[in-house]
Amino acid sequence: MATIRDMIPAFGLFQPTSVEDALELVNDHGRKAWVLAGGLDSMDWFKDRIKRPEVVIDLGAIDELRGVRETGGALDIGALTTLTALERHDAVQKLFPMLAEAARHVATPQIRNQGTLGGNLSQDTRCWYYRSGWPCYRAGGNTCYASAPQAMNREHCILGASRCVAVNPSDTAPALIALDAKMVIRDRRRTRTVDAEDYFVGPAIDITRMTVLKANDLLTSVHVPSAWAGAQTYYEKVRDRGSWDFSLVTVAGAFWASGGRIEQARIVVNGVAAYPVRLHEVERAVIGAAVGEETARAAGDLAVQGAKPLRHNEYKVALMRNLVRRAVRSVA
Amino acid sequence: MAKLIGTDIASPDLLAKITGRAKYAEDFRVDGMVFAKLLLSPMPHARVRGIDAARALAMPGVLGILTADDVPQLEAPGEACLTNEPRYEGEPILALAAVDEETAAAAIELIRLDLEPLPFALDPLESLRPGGPDAWTEGNVLVEGEMKSLKWDGVDFSSVAQGQLPMGEVTTEWALGDVDAGFAQADVVVDETMVHQTQTHHPLEPRSTLAYWRNGKLFAHVSVQSTARMRASLAGALDLDIADVVVVAEYCGGGFGSKITGSPIMHVAPLFSKKIGRPVMLRITRYEETYVGRSRPGFQMRAKVGFRSDGRITAMDLFIVEDHGSYGGGGDNGTAGVLAHLMYQPENIRVRGVPVFTNTPPRAAQRGPGGVQMLTILEPLMDKAARELRMDRLELRRVNAPREGATFGPRETPLTSVHVHEAMDMGEKLFDWQEKKTWSGRRNGSKVTGVGIGVSPYTAGSVGYDGLLVIRPDGLVHIHQGVGNLGTHSVMDTARAAADVLNVGWDQVVIEWGDTSRGLPWSASQGGSQTTHAHTRANHAAGLDAKRKIQDIAARTLGGSPQSYDVAGGRVFQRGNPGRGMSFAQVAERAVALGGEYDGHTLPEDIHAMTIESATALVGQGLMGVAKDNFGRSGATYSWVVGFAVVEVDTETGHVEIKEYTGVADCGTVLHPRSLGAQILGGSIQGMGVAMSQRWVYDPKWGAALAKRLYSARPPSILDVPMDMTWAAVEIPDPDTPVGAKGIGEPPLGAGGAAIACAVADALGGRLVGRTPLTPDVILAELEGSKRPWRPLDVHVG
Repeated sequence: MATIRDMIPAFGLFQPTSVEDALELVNDHGRKAWVLAGGLDSMDWFKDRIKRPEVVIDLGAIDELRGVRETGGALDIGALTTLTALERHDAVQKLFPMLAEAARHVATPQIRNQGTLGGNLSQDTRCWYYRSGWPCYRAGGNTCYASAPQAMNREHCILGASRCVAVNPSDTAPALIALDAKMVIRDRRRTRTVDAEDYFVGPAIDITRMTVLKANDLLTSVHVPSAWAGAQTYYEKVRDRGSWDFSLVTVAGAFWASGGRIEQARIVVNGVAAYPVRLHEVERAVIGAAVGEETARAAGDLAVQGAKPLRHNEYKVALMRNLVRRAVRSVA
Repeated sequence: MAKLIGTDIASPDLLAKITGRAKYAEDFRVDGMVFAKLLLSPMPHARVRGIDAARALAMPGVLGILTADDVPQLEAPGEACLTNEPRYEGEPILALAAVDEETAAAAIELIRLDLEPLPFALDPLESLRPGGPDAWTEGNVLVEGEMKSLKWDGVDFSSVAQGQLPMGEVTTEWALGDVDAGFAQADVVVDETMVHQTQTHHPLEPRSTLAYWRNGKLFAHVSVQSTARMRASLAGALDLDIADVVVVAEYCGGGFGSKITGSPIMHVAPLFSKKIGRPVMLRITRYEETYVGRSRPGFQMRAKVGFRSDGRITAMDLFIVEDHGSYGGGGDNGTAGVLAHLMYQPENIRVRGVPVFTNTPPRAAQRGPGGVQMLTILEPLMDKAARELRMDRLELRRVNAPREGATFGPRETPLTSVHVHEAMDMGEKLFDWQEKKTWSGRRNGSKVTGVGIGVSPYTAGSVGYDGLLVIRPDGLVHIHQGVGNLGTHSVMDTARAAADVLNVGWDQVVIEWGDTSRGLPWSASQGGSQTTHAHTRANHAAGLDAKRKIQDIAARTLGGSPQSYDVAGGRVFQRGNPGRGMSFAQVAERAVALGGEYDGHTLPEDIHAMTIESATALVGQGLMGVAKDNFGRSGATYSWVVGFAVVEVDTETGHVEIKEYTGVADCGTVLHPRSLGAQILGGSIQGMGVAMSQRWVYDPKWGAALAKRLYSARPPSILDVPMDMTWAAVEIPDPDTPVGAKGIGEPPLGAGGAAIACAVADALGGRLVGRTPLTPDVILAELEGSKRPWRPLDVHVG
């Protein structure tokens, strides 16, 4: 079959107006259905005719999925809240400025006006072999083109490779994990809550998915608990261009410190594995340590232990190490 | 009347553009129109052994296919619009037409291609190795019009891994003086190998075409830089009489050299329409544009430059391996050598080049072709020498930059004017170079400041084209423009030259453009920054012709000599007695009554055939001003931009932030200040993208493009640059052209790219990383002293 791109094939379109209706639809259509939020990831797949769902369930008309609600210093953010709305929301800026900053680092202003938090968290990887429609492991084939001897893999993983070497592209995910957010997932029967960290899956668990969402699940909202409101935070995304670019490496850290010692820490790195990587060992190492350069250096070195660069991405090791150092160094 | 030249006037098409009313090629619809889609080659080099389209053709709504067998094929290395031997991944093999695009796309998927894979080359150096693959079955280089297979036998390729360019037989070479003698006199010699990547043009409007035939005439709606010249190129390609081609191209969403006189893919719709007897729309998608939309050729280059202790360059030896792509085009290595000679005036120079075909998308001129690559490579080399010479970097450039009387290139061509020194002086003050250069190496936490200068010349004008205007009985001056509306305002702004001669306000001027059936004069092809120069001249000539005829008519009607009459404000009147005169409306009526040369019945003999045709169609509509630019010229016309930049390099991330930029132009008389600012800064930003982010990535095993989406190819964005960049112009008129204006489209790119590349090297303590783009991985590897992501001469790696 000859290949043609940039032309969306026809599909059945549902535009439910309530979560209940949407859940009925995803339940009825299962794997044949594609759930559409802002469409920034989905439309690329459709245009390239690589993903060809029979049915698209567009969540855009479900108002209850939109908006940010503050309750006692905690936030509940509807999955369909746009990244622009998130970035500009007073409570987000006041309580969790790192989340606003993370949202602000996504793509371009235009994309943030259209793109949603749920979509940003649940988007597929941008591995250029996979996105080109090559029949790789993740696409159901039996090879990884990106880790072949001559492959171009500058933007691929240094951790967690398991047949697939793709990375998670989300800018908001590391910030939410650092803030100990909870993902609220619903299916027709129940609502369950998953730690943000556990929302993401690597290829060793399921090579065809980026998240725990099953075919009949919807991510409906994100709960950010009050525990980390007002904490010291550090967020930095390094990319090739100042706009419309995915991360090379991103770090997000949240810290409580007093008396010159770090008391609590959550440190997350993205762009280095197929899932955002929470650095548990580094956290353990810095908790109780004195703030300052010595702790920062040790944290950076520890962070990259076990990193396995591919042919063209050794720089990511240094970049990750330096970003973790910076995050820890920022604690006062 | 106040002169229009030199003032800010909003372009008359602005409202249409910002409200969306402007119609680009793909916005047109005609009765019976069908849509075509392309089938692109999945392989970088292959032979089509068979096409089975039976199932596709059986689909309801499908009207037919067009294959390479239906379109004119060209001698090697000519590029046809469809091919049976694709020479790059993404090359169009066939087109299919259907009632709508959805049907056409679905039908294409039913086509079975039988392809025989052929050896392919992605890297010119790989192709030059003994036994290396050739991009064409006929060879890998063009020698005197013939394809030949060139291999560098006996050349040591082991230097590739160490980062030195191997140097074997070349296909072009020129020299002035004796470089060996020059190096013998040098106190400091720098010798560097550098890689400049290939970049796609990425105009925002893809090159769509709507074509149909009526009474044997072809009507083509296209996206093109030069309207009049598109007509000639289409007629030539399709073997038609130019009079049988109507081109409609009212707006062009960018071309940057990739749509100067169209593009081979624009031949598909006309040929398909002829075959199936229906109007055919071929909307090129962004994906297809990346393949068929042209690209700037990359260089693998070695530059050796010798300096005397006073900074004067005694010898320059340049060796360029140019990535010629699948069909050649560009030839940037030649321009690059000439520009290097112009800019640095070395006492001795040798330039050697070998453009090598590869199985990658076609190359073409890209805004500042050759100059951009050369300057982003050579300017940091100048800085390296300045460090060794302990010289101010601006001073080093002053020592070598050309002054009045300078010549350049293998034929030692003179210049019409050169004021790069004035531009450097102005920039030195505006940017405060003396202060800012002391910021070099300043640390702020993990960030290090670097400052840089980029000096960039480019061609800026041609001569000898036609101007055409008609003053109609409505009293308005209708100025006909054969130049395209390529986004620079030149289609509107060059008309001011005619309006100023006639001393009319802008509200009395109507620009006729964008449709060759409206009667457009023969015009420059809009590349090489020719338009401003060529068409202020042509319009000045037409204005003078009209003014002479107006004065004649006044004298004939009111008495006295023609010279006793002045024109202003839409009237002609006796000098000293302004009450005695005629309105332009009256003059126009009188011209029609008089006939002859006054209303176009008689035309000058030296104008182009296309202008004659256009003028003939406008006969009797009013007073006609029509003339060829015969003003003459005594040298080559070049403009300059000097760019100054401050960057901060983050030593922990390799990230570069551009903090400040100033661009100062020598482009003669300023036509339209606001538009000039947009050219200087917009062009500089494009150059910064060249230096910092834009790339190609190819999988070497499969010969397939990977960074083929706009986001992954990374042209620069407005958020990559500071919002308060500044610009200025020296505003010294060029003495060899009546209006004094020179072109400005291209020189800013080299200035922007080189200034940033120099500033980054400065922040790195003078170290050169040897390649563009200067992405965080490359810089971080340099700073960390860790393994570099690429071997020094690798290409298409990102």
